[in-house]
Amino acid sequence: MSHLLTISLVISALHLALPILMPMLGGLISERSGVMNIGLEGMMLIGAFSAVLVTYFTGSPWLGLVGALCSGVLSGSALALMTVTLRGDQVVASAAINLIGAGLTAALIPVIWDIDGLTPSVAKIPSIHVPFLEDLPAVGRIFRSLSLVDYICFALVFLVWWVLFRTDAGLRIRACGESAESADVAGIAVVRTRFFAVVSSGVFGALGGAYLSIVTLDMFQASMTQGRGFLALAAMVFGKWRVWPGALACIAFGFADAIALRAQILWRGIPHELLIALPYVLALFALATFVGRASGPAGVGKPFTRA
Amino acid sequence: MTIDTTAPTSDLASRRQTRMDPVAMADAMGTAGDETRSPAPQQVMPRLIAHFHRASGHFGGQVLTFILTIAAALVASVPMIWLAGSDLWLTTTALFGGALGSGPAIAETMVQMIPLLIAGLAVAVAFHASLFNIGVEGQLLFGGLVAGIVGATVNLPPVLLMIACILAGMIGGALFALIPALLKAYRGAHEVVTTIMMNFVAVAVSEYAVAPSGPFVASDQPSATDRVPEGTQLPIIWDGTRLHAGLLVALAAVAIVTWVLYRTPIGFRLRLMGANQGAARASGVSIERMTILALLASGALGGLAGAVQVLGVYGRFYSAFSPGYGFDAIAVALLGALSPIGVVASGFFFAVLHAGSVPLQAIAGISREMVGVVSGLVVAFVAAQPAMLRLWSGWRKPAVDDRAIETGAETPPAAEKTASMEMPS
Repeated sequence: MSHLLTISLVISALHLALPILMPMLGGLISERSGVMNIGLEGMMLIGAFSAVLVTYFTGSPWLGLVGALCSGVLSGSALALMTVTLRGDQVVASAAINLIGAGLTAALIPVIWDIDGLTPSVAKIPSIHVPFLEDLPAVGRIFRSLSLVDYICFALVFLVWWVLFRTDAGLRIRACGESAESADVAGIAVVRTRFFAVVSSGVFGALGGAYLSIVTLDMFQASMTQGRGFLALAAMVFGKWRVWPGALACIAFGFADAIALRAQILWRGIPHELLIALPYVLALFALATFVGRASGPAGVGKPFTRA
Repeated sequence: MTIDTTAPTSDLASRRQTRMDPVAMADAMGTAGDETRSPAPQQVMPRLIAHFHRASGHFGGQVLTFILTIAAALVASVPMIWLAGSDLWLTTTALFGGALGSGPAIAETMVQMIPLLIAGLAVAVAFHASLFNIGVEGQLLFGGLVAGIVGATVNLPPVLLMIACILAGMIGGALFALIPALLKAYRGAHEVVTTIMMNFVAVAVSEYAVAPSGPFVASDQPSATDRVPEGTQLPIIWDGTRLHAGLLVALAAVAIVTWVLYRTPIGFRLRLMGANQGAARASGVSIERMTILALLASGALGGLAGAVQVLGVYGRFYSAFSPGYGFDAIAVALLGALSPIGVVASGFFFAVLHAGSVPLQAIAGISREMVGVVSGLVVAFVAAQPAMLRLWSGWRKPAVDDRAIETGAETPPAAEKTASMEMPS
C-alpha cells in the first residue's frame, strides 16, 4: 500500500479527473437548463479530433485548442437545433451525436492521414509553470505537474459555479430547467437560454476531449475517450446536479483510474483487464449505495413550446 | 403493425381502438398525471412513442417515413464520399453490388442481419417501456461469452447443448441488464448512464475471460474460447454460404415479440407504462416490476443476439466478435419505428451497409466506420421527425394551433376532445 499512495498518485489522479470534470460541467449546465445531454461522449471525441486536426495543420496546439472549442460550438449547436429548436427527443438526439461523433472521427483518420486507428503525433500544449507554489515542500510537486491549462480548468469549475448559482444568468438557466413554463411567464427567453446552455455544454465537452488529445497525449485515437462522457454524467448525478459535489465525484473517478493504472504495475496478480473496469464499477456501486434517489431539475427532458 | 394498423373507418371503431390502445389512452389522460405522479423527472420517451404511434397510423405513412429517413441519412453522408476522394457511382455500385449483387453476397447480408435484427428487437422492447437500453452491446458481448463458455465446457448431447448455450446466453444478457434495471426501479438512476457503465464492464469481463492467462481461453487461439463440439453450432441453411439457422431464430423472436407486445396483457401493460407512467400507475401497473421486466426482456434478447452470433458464425466466442451491433441496434429500432416488422426492414438496411462496407473500403476507399456515421444520421433524423411532421402539417393547415397539430390528424375524435380540454402547455 505504501507504494500505492504517493504524491505521484495524486498527480495522475488530478490529470485523469480533468477530462471527466470538463464534460461534467457541460452536462451540468445543459441539464440545469432542462436539456438532457448524453451526447457528451461524442462531443468529446469531436473536440479531441478537431484539436489534433488543427494542431497538425497549423503547428500550434493553442490554435488546436481554439479549434476544439469551435467544434464544441458546432456539435452543441447541432444538439440544440434538434432538441431545443425542433423539440426532438433529447435522449435520442444526443445518442445520435454519440454515434456520429464516434463514427465520423474514426472515418476521417484514414481520409486525412491515410492510416487507420490513430493519428501521428502533434505538438502538445506546453506546460507553463507558476513560480512560488512550486517551491513549497511536499505539495510543490503537485503544483509543478500542473500546467496553465490545468489551472484554467480548475478556474472554470469556480466560474461555472459562480455563474450558475450567483448570477442572474445562472438563475435564468436554472429556472428554465425547473419549469420552462414559469420561466417563460417570468419573461425569460426559454428557447434562447436553453440553446446557449446546450452550446456551452458542447464547448465543455470538446474541451475535455482536447485535454485528452493535446494535453495528456499528443495524438487522436479512435474512441479514445473510453466512456468518460458517460462517467461525467454519472459524476453529475452523484453530485446531485451541484458543481462542487460533482467535481469531487470526478476527482474520485480520477483516483479510481489512477489506482487502476498503478495497481497494474504493483500487483501483477490482479488481471489488469478487470482493473480497467474499476471506475465504471465504482460508478455503479455509488449509484446503488451512496446517492439517495436521484432527482434532477424538474424540467429535464421536457421540450418547451410556447402555448 | 397490429393495434395501429388500420385508420379508423367509423367513429365506433375508432372509439374501440382508443380504449384498446395504451398510447391513445395515455394521450386521452393527458400529461398532467405524468407530471404529478411520476417521481422520475426524466420521462422523455412517451412523446417519442406517441409520435411513432401517430406516424404509423397507416402503413403508407410508415413506409414513407422509413424511406425518407434513409434517404436523408444517405444524402447527408455524401460529403464524406467526396472527402474520401471517391465518386458517387463507384460508391453506390460497391455498396449494393457488395451486399446484394450475387447469391453469396445476399447470404452474407442475411448473416449480418441476424444479430442486428435481434439486437434491434432488444432496443425496441425497452423503448416500448420508455426505457433507453443503450447497453445492448454489453448484453450481447456477455451473452455471447456465456454461450461460448457453456458450449466449450458443458458436456451434453449436441442439440441439447445448442439449446443450453442459447438459453445461457439469454440468461447472461438478462443478468447483465438486471443491475441497471434494479438501479432504475429502486434508485431512479437513469438507465442510459448505468447500461453504458455495464458496457465497459462487459468489455473488461469478456477480455479477461479470454486473456492469455484468463480462465476460459482456448489452447489453440488467443482471445477466444474453445470451439463448441461438432453439431452444437447452428446448422447452415444455405449450402456454400455462412447463412445459418440463426435467421429462423431471429424471425421467431420477431413473431414472439410481436405477439407478446400487442396480444398479451403483459405487453399491454408494458406499452401503457411506456406511453404514460402516471396512467399506468393509476390503473394498477407496478412501475418497478414492469421496468425490471422490460429491461430483463431487452437484455435477454441482447444476449440471444450474442449467443446466436457465437453459435452460428464462429462456433466459439471471440472477444472482438461484435463490430458494435448493439449500437447500430439503436438506429435499427428507431428506424423501424419500434415495430417488430419495421425492425426487420431496418435491420435489412443496416445489414446491407455492414455487408457492403467491406467492398466499400476495398473499392471506394471509404472507411467501414461510415456505417456508424449513417446510423448516427438515421438516429438524428428520427429525433427530428416530429418537428418535420409538425412543419409538414403546418404547411397543410396553417390556421390550426400547434398543440392541435401535435395531437395529430390520426387521433380519434374521442381522444381529440379530451386533448382540447387539457391544460394548455
